Amino acid sequence: MAPILDIKNLYKSYGATEILKDINVAIEPGDFLVLVGPSGCGKSTLLNCIAGLEPISGGAIHINGKDMTDVSPKDRDIAMVFQSYALYPTMTVAKNITFGMKVRGVDAATQAAKLAEVAAQLQIEPLLNRRPGQLSGGQRQRVAMGRALVRDPALFLFDEPLSNLDAKLRVEMRTEIKKLHHNLGASMVYVTHDQIEAMTLATKIVVMKGGVIQQIGTPAEIYNTPANLFVADFMGSPAMNLIPARVQQNGTGHRIEIQRVDAEPLVLEDHRPLNLPGNVIMGLRPEDIAEAGFRAGAEVQEATCLVDMVEPAGADTYVVSQLGGKQVTARLHAETSARAGQPMVMAFDLAKVSYFAPRRVSG
Amino acid sequence: MTDATIHSRPSRSTSSRAGRIALRTLLYVFLIGFALFYLMPLFVMLTTSLKSLDEIRTGSLVALPRDVTFEAWRTAWSGACTGIRCEGLKPYLLNSLMIAIPGVALSTLFGAMNGYVFAQWKFRGANVLFALLLFGCFIPFQVVLLPMARVLGILNLAGTIPGLIFVHTVYGLGFTTLFFRNYYVTIPMELVRAAKIDGAGFFRIFWSIFLPLSLPIIVVTVIWQFTQIWNDFLFGVSFSQAGTQPVTVALNNIVNSTTGVKEYNVDMAAAILAALPTLLVYVVAGKYFIRGLTAGSVKG
Repeated sequence: MAPILDIKNLYKSYGATEILKDINVAIEPGDFLVLVGPSGCGKSTLLNCIAGLEPISGGAIHINGKDMTDVSPKDRDIAMVFQSYALYPTMTVAKNITFGMKVRGVDAATQAAKLAEVAAQLQIEPLLNRRPGQLSGGQRQRVAMGRALVRDPALFLFDEPLSNLDAKLRVEMRTEIKKLHHNLGASMVYVTHDQIEAMTLATKIVVMKGGVIQQIGTPAEIYNTPANLFVADFMGSPAMNLIPARVQQNGTGHRIEIQRVDAEPLVLEDHRPLNLPGNVIMGLRPEDIAEAGFRAGAEVQEATCLVDMVEPAGADTYVVSQLGGKQVTARLHAETSARAGQPMVMAFDLAKVSYFAPRRVSG
Repeated sequence: MTDATIHSRPSRSTSSRAGRIALRTLLYVFLIGFALFYLMPLFVMLTTSLKSLDEIRTGSLVALPRDVTFEAWRTAWSGACTGIRCEGLKPYLLNSLMIAIPGVALSTLFGAMNGYVFAQWKFRGANVLFALLLFGCFIPFQVVLLPMARVLGILNLAGTIPGLIFVHTVYGLGFTTLFFRNYYVTIPMELVRAAKIDGAGFFRIFWSIFLPLSLPIIVVTVIWQFTQIWNDFLFGVSFSQAGTQPVTVALNNIVNSTTGVKEYNVDMAAAILAALPTLLVYVVAGKYFIRGLTAGSVKG
């Protein structure tokens, strides 16, 4: 199947400043692509480039097989939902939703039919005669989505649509967007700085930093095998533990030694046939460190560590320990017997470890 | 804070209440005094315009009229002489209206469009151009009299009412653009983007989205421009000829060209007539004026 969106070697610069560098992404029809990264990474600019709201400096954008690089936004067969919703303040909800059709000269009967359909889908029929100022944040969000849905475009674009909502509503709307994507089977590109939104919604994630793509992959790929330290650190909450370690070849596997203050080094064995340098950063997610006896697996190894801090979080309890000069967080079950200041036996799942080359020491 | 102090020290409440009443009284005395001071000229104008010339000569300046007569108003309206013609202010009021209404409408419309471009369609050099336009707000208008006379001559508009409309539109643009630009910068850029994706073009977005949002700032601009154009004397006296003079120029002529007895009652009635339209605009739209001036700071 031809990709619905195909971005090739896209560059974008403002004057001498390069905002986006050599972006290459393609998605299949029905994909939910999430662009995620810290603020200033260029993700919103990339979305605006796809929409045609920002001209690009190099490369090409194809939507639905057609070259859209120099096509104006209205002819790209897209619809967009904005962070501030961008509803037309003086128009009623109904007029907001039908404005695009009116501009395009769609006849009144079709407009009314489409409006009714979308209003029913989003359950906003009682709001149709109100103005945006009379709506709550969640309702405005629905209307903004209605305005996009009514177009029935080849590609939906979302620019941080949930970031103005409160925490509870955000989770609700997230589920609803996911449901919408499932029901419509539509192709979507979604920008967010919230990695949880990215994980829950995406079929494909693009992690960006400084205008450069760091990794493209499914949520599982990004989460389990991050391509570099940035991705490892950015995706996941609490963040992946990144522990400096020394490595020695030991048969086909490796002996991993982690320095500790006031204690013997922690020694673990990785039996996987890898090719590792002498110094590495070992990446291990908090949930891959458990209380001894609570984790089974061929590569689970136990070691005694000193507990520095215990943070109960309801469903889980986070336990912090010092390893290799870093605060290492373990996600334990809620009823753990860990106490701050006490040693405890922890189980490390070596099968889940990712290794990274240490950051070059700068300065 | 005053309340809290009173509640926490009940023993001193009597003395502080007395002090408060004294302060209030003083405040009112001052305010009423200032109000009287400001209203005094209007009072004198009104009473004088209702007196006969005899009464003016014999009575006191601030006394109420003994016999109320509207003779002076009638003269001011249709009989007073401006130089050699004695038609009163009526034709000149009409001239002023024919200048002010299109002048206000055009400068407001173009100002709105300029402001829309400067706020929402940034282009290369926009800031420099805007700064230059603002400069136009502060130019002393005497400086432009000669070049403008030349331009009006070339356009074949010298001494005509359309010529004066043109002059007022051009020199109103600095302020009207400033008003609308400052109002429109508070509108999020995403609104234009959403409309672009919906397929609307430059003018469609202006008419359907921005103009309907603009009522408060339109009121401010209309009041401002109407007052400016109506009260203008310099352009009126420089670029008009007999028959196209605005009311301010005619008023000056009535007051200054009388020979013999000075008809103070007619002068006063004429002055009030000439000022009435601006007064009316303030009374009708004044509350929107304040609201509109502060509207930029509140989310639309």
